[in-house]
Amino acid sequence: MYTVIALAYLVSACLFILGLKRLQSPVTARQGNQMAALGMLVAVVATLFLYEILTPVEMIVATVIGGGIGAVLARRVEMTSMPELVAVFNGFGGLASALVASAEVARYFSETPAAAEAVAGGAPPLAPLTLTLAVTVAASVLIGTVTFSGSFVAFAKLKGLISGQPAQFLGMRALTVLLLLGVAAAVGLILYGAHVFTQDSAFLMGGLLGLGGLALILGIFLVIPIGGADMPVVVALLNSYSGLAAAATGFVLDNIVLIISGTLVGVSGLMLTRIMCDAMNRSLWNVLLGGFGGADDSDGPAVEGATGGTVRETSPADTAILLTYAEQVVVIPGYGMAVAQAQHQVQELAEVLEGRGVTVKYGIHPVAGRMPGHMNVLLAEANVPYDHLYEMDDINPEFPNTDVSLVIGANDVVNPAARTKKGSPIYGMPILDADASDTVVVLKRSLRPGYSGVQNDLFYNDNTRMLFGDAKESVGELTAEVKALG
Amino acid sequence: MENLIIFVLAAFIGVEILTKVPQTLHTPLMSGANAISGITMVGALVTAGMVGTPVAKWLGALALMVATINVVGGFLVTDRMLKMFTRKPRPPRDD
Repeated sequence: MYTVIALAYLVSACLFILGLKRLQSPVTARQGNQMAALGMLVAVVATLFLYEILTPVEMIVATVIGGGIGAVLARRVEMTSMPELVAVFNGFGGLASALVASAEVARYFSETPAAAEAVAGGAPPLAPLTLTLAVTVAASVLIGTVTFSGSFVAFAKLKGLISGQPAQFLGMRALTVLLLLGVAAAVGLILYGAHVFTQDSAFLMGGLLGLGGLALILGIFLVIPIGGADMPVVVALLNSYSGLAAAATGFVLDNIVLIISGTLVGVSGLMLTRIMCDAMNRSLWNVLLGGFGGADDSDGPAVEGATGGTVRETSPADTAILLTYAEQVVVIPGYGMAVAQAQHQVQELAEVLEGRGVTVKYGIHPVAGRMPGHMNVLLAEANVPYDHLYEMDDINPEFPNTDVSLVIGANDVVNPAARTKKGSPIYGMPILDADASDTVVVLKRSLRPGYSGVQNDLFYNDNTRMLFGDAKESVGELTAEVKALG
Repeated sequence: MENLIIFVLAAFIGVEILTKVPQTLHTPLMSGANAISGITMVGALVTAGMVGTPVAKWLGALALMVATINVVGGFLVTDRMLKMFTRKPRPPRDD
């Protein structure tokens, strides 16, 4: 019997791996996701049929409720809110792992092994509570709970329920250190409790509850000092944690399919975290320490500009002429486009331009938006073919041959200060070389600086024109003007 | 020990496969990964369904519910996104 289950789990793990491999191309990606879903079905069905599930009714109710909530969330969510949804799913993943690990240990609460055996009736006797088991349970509860509370803080920040600004108060670092010490003590208690288990499991229960509570607070403390625009890193990292928590739970249960899939998710999240950090030229440590930027909503200098440079303003009519007679236009979307929900207008403009023989490409910086790949999903939603979307390294050589770069709601990722100004907070960050194109038109509401709080030198360049206003309205006017040119 | 070996080998496979996922699919990768980490529902079924103590059972049932949200929601939303990635523009909105 056990062999059949193990084989089913092996099939399921292979389906996950093959499914993820198909995500390497947009052509096969959808099929890959379906393969992974099939893998999940195999694992669940094998577990249901082959283990003796003693309480099927409760299990079915829990599955139906969970499945219903999941389906509603998946259907209702707006593409612009995808970062929030992923944050929530990360949190649930962490919570589920922590709960399973706790449930596994709860069997030992205030019972001697003999008593537990009696309670369990015909179920197999409890395995002895080894040190390895205690360590893995502690790891699973710690990672899972931190992921849970951290993800909901990230969710609240993304949703705007709490300020996206990095929140820090006096003594916060000291308090975090104290929390970590408390966590260490709780883990010690669990290990001690496991060791003396044959006499008393009170230590075990106390340690577990303490660990859960402290980890809950720790998760909040870890995410709250991090600014809104660093959320891509945080969401990717929490994604990784949710996988690692599942893997840790796999160690607790001695279950290979949990270990394999949890590890795959953990690696995926870590890889994305690293890509995000590299794209900002900041270390993960620097991001996690927090306090960077966060000037999303602060008032910037007035239109005249604090740097003393001159800004050249333009009108939709003038820009439309530029665009219509261009050979190649590169659109550079940023978080501002998502906020203004302007992706459909952008696509419409591109379509009208393409109809006039203009080549339109999209240059997408890895950290544009609030999660990895955010812009790509929005543009895909707006019906932009994916082979028009270019990664940074592919679009940068194109800028010298580009007549107009249209910057829509992006800021730091096109700031030439990253190349030239040592000492600038964004110095060394790889950017899109929009300034190399003949003309840059920046669609923006005002001149206030981007997330980094750094003034954008691009705005004061001779070949830059500013088109002030809401991105959605501006792009709409541009399209109308281009059409009017007949 | 076998578990540790599986863990390390799975990590290598993960690096090998996932670093080749293009930037354009990173959001579906994350939501798909969310669904896969819902594999904990298997663990929840085992713990909640097998062992007799009430605390373990209810913790397991709660875990099962939460993990199922991830599995169902994650796969569905990923499918919804991947459906939109096309090489040629689709006919007007079918969503």
